[in-house]
Amino acid sequence: MTLQGWGFIALFVAILAAAAKPMGLWLFALYEGRRTPLHRVFGPVERGIYRIGGIDPHAEQGWRTYALHLILFNLALALLTYAVLRLQAVLPWNPRGLAGMNADGAFNTAISFATNTNWQGYAGESTLSNLSQALGLTLHNFTSAATGIAIAFALFRGFARKEARGIGNFWADFTRVTLYLLIPACIVYALFLVACGVPQTLASSIDATTLEGARQTIVLGPVASQEAIKMLGTNGGGFFNANSAHPFENPSALTNLVQMLSIFLVGVGLTWTFGKAVGNTRQGWAILAAMAVLFLGGVAVTYAAESAGNPALHAIHVAGANMEGKETRFGIVGSSLFAVVTTAASCGAVNAMHDSFTALGGLIPLFNIQLGEIVVGGVGAGIYGFLLFAILSVFVAGLMVGRTPEYVGKKIEAREVKLAVLAVAVLPLCILGGAALASVLPAGLAGIANNGPHGFSEILYAFTSATGNNGSAFAGLSANTPFYNAMLGIAMWLGRFFVIVPVLAIAGSLAAKKHAAGGVGAFPTTGPLWVGLLVGIILILGGLTFLPSLALGPIADHVTLLRGQLF
Amino acid sequence: MRSDLVSGLRPTLLFTLIFAALLGIVYPLVVTGAGQLLFPAQANGSLVRDDAGKLRGSMLLGQSFAGDRYFQGRPSAAGNGYDALASSGSNLGPASKKLSDRVTADQKRLGADAPADLLQASGSGLDPEISPEAARFQVARVAKARGIAPDRVAQLVEANVQRPLFGIIGEPRVNVLALNLALDRQGGAR
Repeated sequence: MTLQGWGFIALFVAILAAAAKPMGLWLFALYEGRRTPLHRVFGPVERGIYRIGGIDPHAEQGWRTYALHLILFNLALALLTYAVLRLQAVLPWNPRGLAGMNADGAFNTAISFATNTNWQGYAGESTLSNLSQALGLTLHNFTSAATGIAIAFALFRGFARKEARGIGNFWADFTRVTLYLLIPACIVYALFLVACGVPQTLASSIDATTLEGARQTIVLGPVASQEAIKMLGTNGGGFFNANSAHPFENPSALTNLVQMLSIFLVGVGLTWTFGKAVGNTRQGWAILAAMAVLFLGGVAVTYAAESAGNPALHAIHVAGANMEGKETRFGIVGSSLFAVVTTAASCGAVNAMHDSFTALGGLIPLFNIQLGEIVVGGVGAGIYGFLLFAILSVFVAGLMVGRTPEYVGKKIEAREVKLAVLAVAVLPLCILGGAALASVLPAGLAGIANNGPHGFSEILYAFTSATGNNGSAFAGLSANTPFYNAMLGIAMWLGRFFVIVPVLAIAGSLAAKKHAAGGVGAFPTTGPLWVGLLVGIILILGGLTFLPSLALGPIADHVTLLRGQLF
Repeated sequence: MRSDLVSGLRPTLLFTLIFAALLGIVYPLVVTGAGQLLFPAQANGSLVRDDAGKLRGSMLLGQSFAGDRYFQGRPSAAGNGYDALASSGSNLGPASKKLSDRVTADQKRLGADAPADLLQASGSGLDPEISPEAARFQVARVAKARGIAPDRVAQLVEANVQRPLFGIIGEPRVNVLALNLALDRQGGAR
């Protein structure tokens, strides 16, 4: 670790802290359906979309309608992408004549992008045409992000409204977020990336002759337009196999910093929006503070572990930090920070190979996802996931000190707690169940690339990443097989929609309630005590659930490595 | 519930079509148009051509350099090395025997005191850069192979060292292709 490195981390945190309120204000305008300066440009487009779609944006939907329409829409989008991938060979803009994707690969990929996971069983540059990248995947990067933010808005309304039946209108939420936030931000962002060296062309590839006379086929395409929303929408699906480690996706240390900031930007803003929506911005800052504690703890461990380096290499006189799988321009701090950011959020883009991290350095990304990606988290998904833990925390606080469970003006009763537990229970079910199954079935074991405990870590990471809708990987695992494509596809779907439905049900249930008085009987949810309680509950729940699996994977890996055992 | 289903079908179909066109086609084309207009060199891949106009690669992508006459990049797991059709890291875990064996083999080839980044594969397999130490380490070999003074080669290396932005963003580094192109311009025995 270096002073320069910690300076870089401090810069990152400071920029985000400064951006929370402006971003939150903008999101609040969209949450309320207020007019923004961009309405001049996109207002007519918005109205046109409602007219063609046959939507009244002011018509309130109950939670069931909201959820049903949301799922229908996401299902239709997934089917479209499945068709595009399967029919790639006969569709236009495929100059390299790439074949269509096979059935299990397309099933996995369509679900992967529809659920904001962006797990990639394929290698982009050798598998997908430019049309598939743009129409199949870039599309989903927007829609899954806007869907997540819409759900967060619906849940905010649940807390903010009193004795109301509706939680908003899905189509209006979705359209506003897409038109007034994602599209304009991504156009600017993508052009910044192009200026820094990210390609953006209709061409597909070009052949060069290297200085030593060999042929190098350089794959090009509409990279920047996908890269921008990939980060801002916490999607994480790369144009190329190496993702943000690839110099065409992430050409410099500056783009690396901006990419990391953009992963967190919307999520950080939404904490402020939440506070504003419930009438007390300190509620939002308290959430952000708890997230910051968990985040900085993770950064410290991974940065320290990667800086300390790999004992196995030290033993053969390769001194210093662990640079295997890392890019020169990012170095240890730029790679460690990125790994923690991308897994704290449900992004899953990688700028270094997590499979080659030290055992403890790689434990943090894994644990981050297992905690539910609620440390800032995915766009929308992070805050609604975090609020589930907030509900559980006020419930636990109520049990401990005998106080009435209340949160931001709403009584938390049995129904909300049950629904929150239901949503949170999907994680261990799919992660531990899936990993256990894959660890005993030949089809699961066949995919392992590294022997020893690290092989189990690869399997555990895959199911963790899929269920958490992250998308990063211990990428040595050969996951493009019918077994993994099917299993992980199911895990991704459950991990997304079996959380979303309970969350919207909670929103509906809360919206119908009266405002609770607060008063002396309620546990205060703004101070340091509350922040500590939140952090404690999150760590205890996650720790109790997943520590045994971590002991078999990364911790066993670390201990055997210290003994000098190789596999 | 049933009426919700029916009322959701029309917007589902139409929103899918509208946003597929807007986000999947119009948005990428708008960015492509603007990018090509404003930053054509970068938008087309930061390509490098020689004096004869022949395409020699991209300034952002590493190339395979095997001979002594050129500075070499880091080990690459992209295909057979720096294959831009197959970007990838090694994905070898810290306790991997394959990793230790590969490093030992490279130490035999490069020398036991080779800098750490020359022995550890990059994440993309296309890393265009090496640390300044890794470049300095190769000065003597390159100068000897080209029959030019080591001082001149060392000067070229120092001229190609890039420093972190504002002192904290990024790492000190040397672009291997840029350095080798500069070497070729210097001449020296073919």
